[in-house]
Amino acid sequence: MAECGRADSSSTTHTMDKSITLPPDEIFRNLENAKRFAIDIGGSLTKLAYYSTVQHKVAKVRSFEQNAEVSLYEISEQEEVTARLHFIKFENAYIETCLDFIRDHLVNTGTKVIKATGGGAHKFKELIERKLGLKVDKEDEMTCLIRGCNFVLRNIPHEAFVYAKHADSEFRFQTTHPDIFPYLLVNIGSGVSIVKVTTKRRIFRTTRFDELLQLASKGQHASVDMLVRDIYGGSYGSLGLTGDLIASSFGKSATADKGFSKEDMAKSLLHMISNDIGQLACLYAKLHNLSRVYFGGFFIRGHPVTMHTITYSINFFTKGEVQALFLRHEGYLGAIGAFLKGAEEDNPNQYSWGENYAGSSGLMSVSPEMNPMQRARSGTFDMLEMDRLERQLVNLPLLQDPSSYIPDTMDLTEDALAREYWLSCFEEALDGVVKRAVASQPDIPEAIERSEKFRQKYRHKLQTLRQQPFAYGSLTVRSLLDTREHCLNEFNFPDPYSKIKQRENDMALRYYQKAVKSLEQLSWEQRQFALVRGVLAGNVFDWGAKARPWLVDSYDQWLQRLKGPPHKCALFFVDNSGVDIILGVMPFVRELLSRGTEVVLASNSGPALNDVTNGELQILTERIAAMDPVIQAGLRDDRLTLVQSGSSSPCLDLSRLDKVLAMVVRERQTDLVIIEGMGRALHTNYYARLSCESLKTAVIKNSWLAERLGGKLFSVVFKYEVPPGKPSQEDSSAPSTPS
Amino acid sequence: MHYLHRGDDAECNGSPAKRCRLRRRTESVRRSRPPFPWFGMDIGGTLVKLVYFEPVDITAEEEQEEVENLKSIRRYLTSNVAYGKTGVRDVHLELRNLTMCGRTGNLHFIRFPTQAMPRFIQMGRDKNFSSLHTTLCATGGGAYKFENDFRSMADLELLKLDELDCLIRGLLYVDRVSFNGHPECYYFQNPADTESCVKKPCTLEDPFPMLLVNIGSGVSILAVYSENDYKRVTGTSLGGGTFLGLCCLLTGCETFEEALEMASKGDSTNVDKLVKDIYGGDYERFGLQGSAVASSFGHMMSQDKRDSISKEDLARATLVTITNNIGSIARMCAVNEKIERVVFVGNFLRINTVSMKLLAYAMDFWSKGQLRALFLEHEGYFGAVGALMELLKTTEDP
Repeated sequence: MAECGRADSSSTTHTMDKSITLPPDEIFRNLENAKRFAIDIGGSLTKLAYYSTVQHKVAKVRSFEQNAEVSLYEISEQEEVTARLHFIKFENAYIETCLDFIRDHLVNTGTKVIKATGGGAHKFKELIERKLGLKVDKEDEMTCLIRGCNFVLRNIPHEAFVYAKHADSEFRFQTTHPDIFPYLLVNIGSGVSIVKVTTKRRIFRTTRFDELLQLASKGQHASVDMLVRDIYGGSYGSLGLTGDLIASSFGKSATADKGFSKEDMAKSLLHMISNDIGQLACLYAKLHNLSRVYFGGFFIRGHPVTMHTITYSINFFTKGEVQALFLRHEGYLGAIGAFLKGAEEDNPNQYSWGENYAGSSGLMSVSPEMNPMQRARSGTFDMLEMDRLERQLVNLPLLQDPSSYIPDTMDLTEDALAREYWLSCFEEALDGVVKRAVASQPDIPEAIERSEKFRQKYRHKLQTLRQQPFAYGSLTVRSLLDTREHCLNEFNFPDPYSKIKQRENDMALRYYQKAVKSLEQLSWEQRQFALVRGVLAGNVFDWGAKARPWLVDSYDQWLQRLKGPPHKCALFFVDNSGVDIILGVMPFVRELLSRGTEVVLASNSGPALNDVTNGELQILTERIAAMDPVIQAGLRDDRLTLVQSGSSSPCLDLSRLDKVLAMVVRERQTDLVIIEGMGRALHTNYYARLSCESLKTAVIKNSWLAERLGGKLFSVVFKYEVPPGKPSQEDSSAPSTPS
Repeated sequence: MHYLHRGDDAECNGSPAKRCRLRRRTESVRRSRPPFPWFGMDIGGTLVKLVYFEPVDITAEEEQEEVENLKSIRRYLTSNVAYGKTGVRDVHLELRNLTMCGRTGNLHFIRFPTQAMPRFIQMGRDKNFSSLHTTLCATGGGAYKFENDFRSMADLELLKLDELDCLIRGLLYVDRVSFNGHPECYYFQNPADTESCVKKPCTLEDPFPMLLVNIGSGVSILAVYSENDYKRVTGTSLGGGTFLGLCCLLTGCETFEEALEMASKGDSTNVDKLVKDIYGGDYERFGLQGSAVASSFGHMMSQDKRDSISKEDLARATLVTITNNIGSIARMCAVNEKIERVVFVGNFLRINTVSMKLLAYAMDFWSKGQLRALFLEHEGYFGAVGALMELLKTTEDP
């Protein structure tokens, strides 16, 4: 009987060849500048972390010195150095090959030590020191895990998910609560550690059990376990215990003829251990009054069976009060934590970081129908890259409930029809994007080659997402757009639209004064409508006369509101360059300023499509100010402020905005938020609830989406909302109707 | 109730002999007493527990009226200590000169494996048990599972009772009548020290609230606030059945006694990975002693270790793993429910001092002396006693 244990552990011997299956330079990227190594060596997987700098082309705009007749501003692509964290996960079998590769490619880093954690750290200590010539500095495993967990929860939206085996999408990603603490972290390695994390760290403690067995997924635990029905013949109704519950784990193995397989025993063992851990975790959670419990460790890692049984067990024991949460980057926590410890002098926690979709592998499919060999292969090297963002990101202070805010209107992981549509849509648009990218760098011959690499990369991402929609958290239009931006950046196409934007801005500027003049000639009421139409029209190229009522139409309420007292301060998230910003938004801003409302214009920090960037908007506003005394006065008196959003996306995540923006918003007592355009007001934030008045406007430029929303192509959405509890200003008869 | 209806039918068209028995039966009822024999049965997942009340105050008249098969049942049960291959009477637990329902007698405690249930039912049929028209009060899952077999094979109707109701009622009763003048309840003094750890009798005076941990094949944990007010807090499938099942798989043993015998000789630290095996000493940052188990069976991942351990070590490790797990669940339940008295019962604890001391130690250590683990002499029999009491109760109120 004792052989059972032996056979189980030896059955997982590696049959695959030990050569690296992917070109290593695509795995250990940016090694030349790498520094601050950390390594987490577990029972079977090694996770390597390093910090590196990446040189990127970025588009910079610069205003010409006075009276430039040629064009509005100058665009130049400059090299910029940004910081990036690399995490690579591979099987222990490759460790020597990998160390050799690193040694050969490492260019004088000045690094002397490598932080190490994990059970295997001491085993490979000598090897690492010999190969890399770095001193191995051991870090406490639990501390690293906690540190890493805090880091991913803070920096990666959709890090945590709930596992639902039988649902349409196995993974349901959770919005991370703005305050990530307190939580319970259950790490199931060879023992079980249960840690309550309150602020920076800690309490409690360990012990239980053993390794998990692959066999389990094939076994029938009911032949080994004594179920309630084996004792009762059915269910135990008065206690609500159903017949298929396990009454006694392994209870049958004492009496039954030894007619059960290894698979059955493995399954029984798995159930026993999962249930037990789930139960203990629940008791701890209850004891410390915690509702968030994250599970990690190699027992969980990628095993749908264990995620399922743990989830089942938690649901059973807490009747839904506690949710079992898993982490997308669970395997990296130790390495991240060890790295952060070593990088303390760089203050990594002072920055915000963002997952780079272009460089990260994403969550692998765990669905059993996938060829296991293929899984093993693709799982050989897994990468996570995190970009250091220039600015620290925080919540918009005006969110009604930050913990329930979900930026995205549609979750494509759960909506198969929408997913199919958008994936195809992005695939079809790819040619155009490639063309535009090449066109943006006409003088660089190798741009074509790079654009092809971009095409391959993004197409591959789309294919991956078709198979594994959950790879980077919830699949959304936003994530598809952002992934495209990341891939463009990866191949040094920082701003394919720069020239187009420049041309359009230039043109629109010429009409600014004329537009303002014609608006001024209108009556007050006519002007308000014209201004709204201007914002809407600027958003679309072929805007026809759209008869009201619009698809979503609260214009009357808005007009009514305008007859009331002016807003204190309006925060305006702007969208496109050209007509939109110059002939739509600016006159609208001008009107607000004239009413006595301060205005904060929030634009993208970095380029995305033809969206106006903060750099461009600075120049544009100066130009307009030169023509328009209202804007000029606004700038001068600090009543018109330009801020960057912190984002480089065509969409908008109000939970990750520039810290300065949040500060300004708070200081100015902002009481109106205006969001315009499809990306920001439809694909995202359509359902966002704010604690102040808000205006969301867009023209639906996609017939599929228009149909979904019950309208036609170019339907108009004009959504004015007053938060519940705040009296609408309609009734307050305004004494000062502006003329 | 169903079983009474059968009696009523008999009244209409019974034979003279049947009518005679019926008279006795109705007389008994008049005297608020069910007819003999008095049994209480608890059919668990692994063991059947049977309590039998042997009246010792039988009058000459009664003796004469007593039908032959009733007499033979009494003789069979009271003159043997073993029944068939697997049935055992726990003589040392017998409660002597007990007064129940106005009758004086001895309460016998008998157990046999649930696997032998078909043979037991067969015996009931051979002995024509149904002719006695006694009510067979049964609790435990088997009362449900075997109900049809009792009916079809032996023409017997079971009065099915809830096992947790019975457990609590039986426990409180036995504690009340005491163990032949001695306390039923005990605890371990100095559980932390194997040398000076001793069993001490105590009373369960003012027993509520208590956390009742019943360790049979599986485990149920109840918070008991009064005889009729309790809730099942939780349970775990890692119980006595798991210990025995795993032991059979790991060591090839076949009985609980064998498994415990091995466990008592083994050393679990050869099998379990301790904190000091990983840290070389204590894991101070999280306050873990080096001697704490970091990974149960954790050494068994290595071939060398597997080759160097004995079956006894495996048995011990299994026992310690299961016991510690129950201990930590029970402890957290006690804290969550704010109950300081934790009573452990169930047949897992039979002849199992290792587990009892471990539980006593675990309660004491993790609660820093706040919690006390209590044990009872009739550890696994309370359900059966509770079933018997139900028999005596149901007949009292017609």
